[in-house]
Amino acid sequence: MLDARGLVRRRLGLRLWLSGGWLLLLLFAALLAPWIAPHNPLEQDLFTSRLPPFWMPGAEPGYWLGTDSLGRDVLSRIMHGARIALIVAFIAGTATMLIGATLGLIAGYYRGWADIVISRLIDIWMAFPPVLFAILLIAVMGPGLTSVIVAIIVIDWTRFARVVRAEAMTQGAMDYVASARVAGQRRLGTMLTEILPNVLPTIGVLLTLEMGIAVIVEAILSFVNLSISTDAPTWGGMIAEGRLAIHQAWWVLVFPLITLFLTVLSFSQLGEGLKDRYDPVLR
Amino acid sequence: MLLRRILTRLLTTLVTLLGVSVVVFVVIRVVPGNPIAMMLPPGATQADIDRLNALYGFDRSIAEQYVIWLGGVLQGDFGTSIQARQPVLRLVLNRLPATLELSIMALVIAVVLGGFLALTGTRLRGSRGEGAIDVTNGMALSVPDFLWGLVLILVFGVLWPVFHISGRVSPQYIQEFTTNFFLFESVLRLRLDLWLDLVSHMLMPALALAIPLAAIIGQLLKQSLKETMHLDYVTLARTKGYRENHVILREALPNAVLPTLTLIGVQFTFLIGGTVIIERLFSYEGLGNMAIDAVINRDLPLIQGIVILFAVLFTAINLIVDLLYAVLNPRLRHA
Repeated sequence: MLDARGLVRRRLGLRLWLSGGWLLLLLFAALLAPWIAPHNPLEQDLFTSRLPPFWMPGAEPGYWLGTDSLGRDVLSRIMHGARIALIVAFIAGTATMLIGATLGLIAGYYRGWADIVISRLIDIWMAFPPVLFAILLIAVMGPGLTSVIVAIIVIDWTRFARVVRAEAMTQGAMDYVASARVAGQRRLGTMLTEILPNVLPTIGVLLTLEMGIAVIVEAILSFVNLSISTDAPTWGGMIAEGRLAIHQAWWVLVFPLITLFLTVLSFSQLGEGLKDRYDPVLR
Repeated sequence: MLLRRILTRLLTTLVTLLGVSVVVFVVIRVVPGNPIAMMLPPGATQADIDRLNALYGFDRSIAEQYVIWLGGVLQGDFGTSIQARQPVLRLVLNRLPATLELSIMALVIAVVLGGFLALTGTRLRGSRGEGAIDVTNGMALSVPDFLWGLVLILVFGVLWPVFHISGRVSPQYIQEFTTNFFLFESVLRLRLDLWLDLVSHMLMPALALAIPLAAIIGQLLKQSLKETMHLDYVTLARTKGYRENHVILREALPNAVLPTLTLIGVQFTFLIGGTVIIERLFSYEGLGNMAIDAVINRDLPLIQGIVILFAVLFTAINLIVDLLYAVLNPRLRHA
């Protein structure tokens, strides 16, 4: 039994390291993209179109992962695409967390009519297919990075609200909360100083997971051509292009796909790892 | 008590649906671009614009439009598609079977795959095999259907092209069908050639939808089985000399399966939501694909109809699951 537990511990550690490492690498690539990317991600050159990656015959030095049908460097586009993906992940993730967690906290701790309204809203939101809802919102707001971020916030706040509400309800029923109230603390104060700290680990885990979701939503929206302009280097846009030219130039699809795959996997593994480590409730 | 439960549940479902329709209605009408403008030929006069606006009701206030629209919906009239100039209800109902067949196929795959993973994991518990299954589950769970779809396209469409990766059926067969339930019809008419062609088109998108759900089912069922395996009656069965397979399948499984059933219900709605992008990815002519086209064309009445239909589907499934749960679970029956 002891042996097995040691094994799990070690695997968890490895999981956290690997996913954290990949995300850090991605962050560096994104921050430094204008300086370290080998080419301009928008530069088209029909003489270098559909060059294969470096190990294949016909590859050109300097174009490590090949080029797409317009001669744009795949590696440089992936690195610049990382900027968009991470911007969406951080801004949309954080804003979703703030709104969702606040509503969840209020509903779960104050109960009463606030809870009724918020819970009913959650029910309504759960009846929408999320991808369709996102596409609809973008169509309404017009394509663009801001629209993508707003769409993610509007759709995904329920993820936080649901879990935090349930959590706040459990915590609110505990003795330590009652004793804080008996000691004369006001409700808002109790919520912020007693309930919130105990819900924070859960919120942190959800935030990590939400960032992964935001990355995938951005990719899906740029895949259906509703994110920022088609020229701009987005992973989803590259994947859409690669899907069309899959028989002529598979690398245009494969490399952004691998990047997206690893990124989404890393965010979720990081979340799961944090959950196992710090959060006795979600575990 | 059960009756009252059902009535309350029906009422909340209605409120939810009403809420959905209000949200969709309001969101769509905030559209800055005028959808009418896209229907007009260049050089149309203001009078033409006004006439079309009046025809589609865009000249009234949102509240008025909503009441009129709701009145129509209650009589089965969801308006007319701007792009196709056909009744929305007919367009949507024509596409619904394609999406339903895909979703149900995905659900069946997920249940079979997930059940297999859970049972094998339980059988192999404590060994390396169990660890391998846990890791596979974790991977499958953290990657969404969209990415699995792309991976499947690469593997089975390009590297080893054995399945179709676009469309619902080969063009030469389309004329063969009299209903829109192609798969169902091919089974009823015992047309193996049609069935094989359909399955080789549907298998990849269905599998992409099924993989994350299979992982969830595998994880939860395995967990429940693990808890059940420690119960006294299971130990008793084992001391009676029953084989391990019998103990797992006949003794533990029936008691462990209820939480998974509830979960499948909820997750099935997520799976249906996933068809939107998966249908796009595999050029499968279902509702989701039509929805994305409708959004791109700014076909308001059609978008509205599709979103409402999805919402009805979602709430109906949730309702059925809740009621089934109440009926299946004896503890709730008398509560």
